[in-house]
Amino acid sequence: MTAITMPESAPSVSTGHPGVTQARVVRSEWIKLKSLRSTWFSFGAAILATIGLGILFSAVRGNDAHTNHLPVLDGTQVSLRGIYLAQLAVGVLGVLLISGEYATGMIRASLSAVPRRVPVLIAKALVFGVVTFVLCLAMTLIAFLAGQSVLHGYGYGSSLSDTGSLRAVFGAALYLTLIGLMALGLGFAIRSTGGAVATLFGVVLVLPALSQALPTSWQNRIDKYLPLNIGNELISRHSEPHSLSTGAGIVVLVIWAAVAITIGVLVLRRRDA
Amino acid sequence: MIEAIGLSKQYGQKLAVDDLSFTIQPGMVTGFLGPNGAGKSTTMRLLLDLDEPTRGQARINGRRYREHKAPLFEVGALLEARAIHTGRSARNHLLALAATNGISRRRVDELIGLVGLDSVADKRAGGFSLGMGQRLGLASALLGDPHTLLLDEPVNGLDPEGVLWVRTLLKQLAAQGRTVFVSSHLMSEMALTAEHLIVIGQGRLIADTTIAELTKRVSGDEVVVHSEDDGRLRMLLADAGVTVVSTDTGRMRVTGMNSGQIGRIAAEAGISLIELIPQQASLEEAFMEVTRTSLEFVGTEVAR
Repeated sequence: MTAITMPESAPSVSTGHPGVTQARVVRSEWIKLKSLRSTWFSFGAAILATIGLGILFSAVRGNDAHTNHLPVLDGTQVSLRGIYLAQLAVGVLGVLLISGEYATGMIRASLSAVPRRVPVLIAKALVFGVVTFVLCLAMTLIAFLAGQSVLHGYGYGSSLSDTGSLRAVFGAALYLTLIGLMALGLGFAIRSTGGAVATLFGVVLVLPALSQALPTSWQNRIDKYLPLNIGNELISRHSEPHSLSTGAGIVVLVIWAAVAITIGVLVLRRRDA
Repeated sequence: MIEAIGLSKQYGQKLAVDDLSFTIQPGMVTGFLGPNGAGKSTTMRLLLDLDEPTRGQARINGRRYREHKAPLFEVGALLEARAIHTGRSARNHLLALAATNGISRRRVDELIGLVGLDSVADKRAGGFSLGMGQRLGLASALLGDPHTLLLDEPVNGLDPEGVLWVRTLLKQLAAQGRTVFVSSHLMSEMALTAEHLIVIGQGRLIADTTIAELTKRVSGDEVVVHSEDDGRLRMLLADAGVTVVSTDTGRMRVTGMNSGQIGRIAAEAGISLIELIPQQASLEEAFMEVTRTSLEFVGTEVAR
């Protein structure tokens, strides 16, 4: 540390300030998001998983289908299946964005600067949602194109202009973004990294396994509303029986994320920081 | 100006802050003193609206903290547990906080220089020493050049040079007419920095006083006397109804009468005095005395 200098007088700061605005809090959250290494590690892992596994699965499934002379293969789903690993990275990041603040005490600085609190959550959701969607859309597009070029070698490839291709690429990116926002909401609601991550993947990964214990007629009614099954529907070219349409699936995913975020808002407003 | 009005905070069974009322005036440094666990940090969190009071109100410049439109321009706070994400650099931490209130990048750079963190500003705060963390905390408190400062244990972990710097800075900020409210568990530090004192113990207000009054109040009228005829003077004083005990150096310790009155009694009796020394308790003793009685008081009440 260098020599200490004293202020000569009260330092001058512009006094014509409108104070805290939502736009300013968004700017602050953007600085926060980009200045942590965990952000770029997580997005890097998601990109690697989606594109890498997309190419790998395309090669494995293409070769298998070719060898066994299968007439058709849902190549879109094969090339985008890597998002199931990527959702771990995006989900954990969504939780960490806020649980990291509670763990380090940063939350007290954040809420002292924005004492009305809720703008912090809105800004985090906006910044994280937009950044995640843009990055995920780029990576699912690359995964699709790379996967299809591998599948073309076996005679199963499709192109982006084929029916359902673009819908699947967008759907995969949207799925990851909404899982991320659900994670953020759970992070605000639960505050601890472990608790929120466990809850998130309990809902996403464990519920579909547990529903297997139900009678088939119940499964047919419940399973289609579970996030993982909606994700599967979004990246598939062909609909499974007892599944929601693309539009309805997206609406239900939005509701999942909205419920988590609403609980997050209530806890943020009511509980001591 | 900071006001606490009947402020109480209950965590489960524990009453951390109990009906606390005080007013902190601008233009001087006010110390917030109490042993560890007395409720100082809780009070700070209540003032900043981080925790909701169970009863009572906290106001800063006439409003609840959260009602200020540009809080960083009104109030600067340094919280005891470091409120910094360990993975972020000092500069980015300050830039993120500054952005919420529309404070410029130039001001952030200026403050990094002011607190002497230039050389480490782009390193992750997780590697900072306690002292560097405190400097960063002070920089964030000063971001908006606020009129009111709330600092929880700001000299903790600073080297002697840093302690002196903080002390001078606080006095200077107060001299500019700002409200400066500083908590500490060290009476000796407050004696050097503060003019006014709020003392709490077990969440309750023990004293709201100036440093000078606190010393006087605890030391009371106690005078050490030595004269050419201590035996006769002792009887005269005893007749006047004051307590006289002998010290181990053979002097008399008189309680209940000031040195002027003792001198007059001696003069009227024609006894010449050799020593007449009013006793002043040190602030440390005063603090111990004040908190000890409060703890006993609480203890008996619990036993009731």
